[in-house]
Amino acid sequence: MLAQVQLFEILVVLVYLFAIMFLGILGYLRTKTQTDFLIAGRKVHPFVMAMSYGSTFISTSAIVGFGGVAAMFGMSLLWLTVCNIFVGIFIAFVFLGGPTRRMGHILDAHTFPELLGRRFQSKFIQVFVGLIIFSFMPIYAAAVLIGGTEFITEKFGINYNSALLLFSIITTAYVIMGGLKGVMYTDALQAGIMFFGMLVLLVFTYNSLGGVAAAHEQLAELNKLPSLFGKIGFQGFMEMPKFGWGAPEYELWWVVISTLVLGVGIGVLAQPQLAVRFMTVKSKRELNRAVLSGGIFILCMTGVAFAVGALTNVYFFKNETIAGRIVNITERANVIVKQERDIVVKIPCKLIHLDTNGDEVADTDLVMNGYDVEKDGKVTPFSKLMPAAEVTQQADGSVIVKPHAISFLRSLVKLPSGDWMFNSDAIIPKFITSAMPKWFGLVFLLTLLSAAMSTLSSQLHAVGTSIGRDIYEQIPGRAGKGLIVIKSGIILGILIAVLFSYFNRGGYIIARATAIFFGMCAAAFLPAFVGGLFWRRMTKAGAIASLIAGFAVSAAWMLFFKDKEARAIGLCYELFEKYSLLLDKPNWSVVDPLIIALPISIITGVVVSLITKAPSQEHLDRCFQGAGRTPVSSHGKAKPVKAG
Amino acid sequence: MLGIEDKGVLAAYLLCIASTVLCVLYGIINWNRGDDSVQATDLKWAAEEKKVEEEL
Repeated sequence: MLAQVQLFEILVVLVYLFAIMFLGILGYLRTKTQTDFLIAGRKVHPFVMAMSYGSTFISTSAIVGFGGVAAMFGMSLLWLTVCNIFVGIFIAFVFLGGPTRRMGHILDAHTFPELLGRRFQSKFIQVFVGLIIFSFMPIYAAAVLIGGTEFITEKFGINYNSALLLFSIITTAYVIMGGLKGVMYTDALQAGIMFFGMLVLLVFTYNSLGGVAAAHEQLAELNKLPSLFGKIGFQGFMEMPKFGWGAPEYELWWVVISTLVLGVGIGVLAQPQLAVRFMTVKSKRELNRAVLSGGIFILCMTGVAFAVGALTNVYFFKNETIAGRIVNITERANVIVKQERDIVVKIPCKLIHLDTNGDEVADTDLVMNGYDVEKDGKVTPFSKLMPAAEVTQQADGSVIVKPHAISFLRSLVKLPSGDWMFNSDAIIPKFITSAMPKWFGLVFLLTLLSAAMSTLSSQLHAVGTSIGRDIYEQIPGRAGKGLIVIKSGIILGILIAVLFSYFNRGGYIIARATAIFFGMCAAAFLPAFVGGLFWRRMTKAGAIASLIAGFAVSAAWMLFFKDKEARAIGLCYELFEKYSLLLDKPNWSVVDPLIIALPISIITGVVVSLITKAPSQEHLDRCFQGAGRTPVSSHGKAKPVKAG
Repeated sequence: MLGIEDKGVLAAYLLCIASTVLCVLYGIINWNRGDDSVQATDLKWAAEEKKVEEEL
């Protein structure tokens, strides 16, 4: 209950919110956005540039959602951190940043769709890209909202729906009241809080588990435990999932690597809200300098989230001790492990509900043990798969409980319907609340607020401008009149994100929603974006074909082949009475759309460009002026660069 | 090494650190490179961007 929340904690959050607002007003009065610095011809501090990009890149999704996935599937998720740093920072800043900035300025493009539209001289491209962003960005925004909501639910003991409402109001009020402006002081403060929070989390976690090597060795010992995910290729928290093709035991490898690592790792290159950040810097030098702090920042964000996420298993299984009073015991509850259309997997468990703060209200729910299930003469030994909590009665009537649960089985949450569910998105919040000092819970709350606000503001900015500037203003006679549409688009984007968050919980939805958006962006936009920046021969027709092929194949894969998404949407079932057309072919139904759609999008873009008429030399000269290369004419012969 | 036996996980762990070191070294080596002078197109772009920011 909210009454349980200490006044001090509310005061700190209020002080933080006032500080953010104050910095926003200060930024407004003194006009200290990156653009102002550019206008004044002054340098933006490289740290601020990197932090601004980093805080936009990293959200509650990465920390809470993907951290929870690492707790479920182990350290193999660190491959995503490798991609985050090498692809998301090094390749993005070193290779894409400069050309994006230069071409954006030359073509006077202010949004990602506008950049592509002007490079390829196509209003269709601008509108089409705008439509994709407007349609799919709210799903990613929902992932950000769910991440913060899960933490508030755990930290303050309020129900999920109330927490969602509270978190949505705070973050969107900030965004609407000035967060869209991207004031540098605010970005720097938020990134600083995130950096500090995650650094403390890393040091505390390793320290409490006896050091780096000792912590890893203890986690490796848990590899021997029986696992719910063993049949799909889970081999342990310190092992890669089983690799191969054509059998159910390889499913997890394809989920982790194709969807989570590659989908998100590559998708970052074509993120509309990140690409426009490159345009706000004064010179390539600032991008070069930002690589330094950007690499460290991302390591400290996702690297820490994933390593700590996996290590939570050691804490929950070996170290966690909870003191309190038993409020009640549920002798047999069917706890949901997986709930999708026509698939509900439940495990019968005995639950214990504890009051740990003396207010006689249960605030901690644990699995005491599981019950074996017999079906068709076959026994599933849930008593061995589930935790066996150790309860020691104290003289004063209280108890000491050692849950002995791995993280996923410790992530018990109660749904508004009254059902119980294991929810990996609740693992990091439960770890922070249980393992970390109380003061850190507050720091972490500010960390998540910062992460959510900075990402949401850029997401909603992209949603608003895509519908206003990139779609509405392209209608003849509407140029420059899209402001009201931009604002309405932002409100609509928020509402869709909140509704999505309301209806979707569990099944590592945060990571999946993020991966859907990132994968879609990569498949649809990446070939046209990179081709537009570096390949003069890429034509308008080639770019359009690539965009449509990437989007269509991605969408078709999600609607008809990828089981989780196709099952949730239901169109495949309506048409073919099957949830996925490839359900009977092992592994195909878990392969991410990106793996299929991106190569098709690239090939389509290249082939169509080569068989269609090259863009005019004059336009290419304009786009690539200052690129330091001799442009190639449509006949493949070198031509001198025209001045200006 | 570092208490990690699986080669795939160890490679990921070390590559995280190696990628960060690469970023740090690149940043240091190129600290003063790429200082383009501000062009008229840059200023025109910034003025338009400012207008969009103000409206929002």
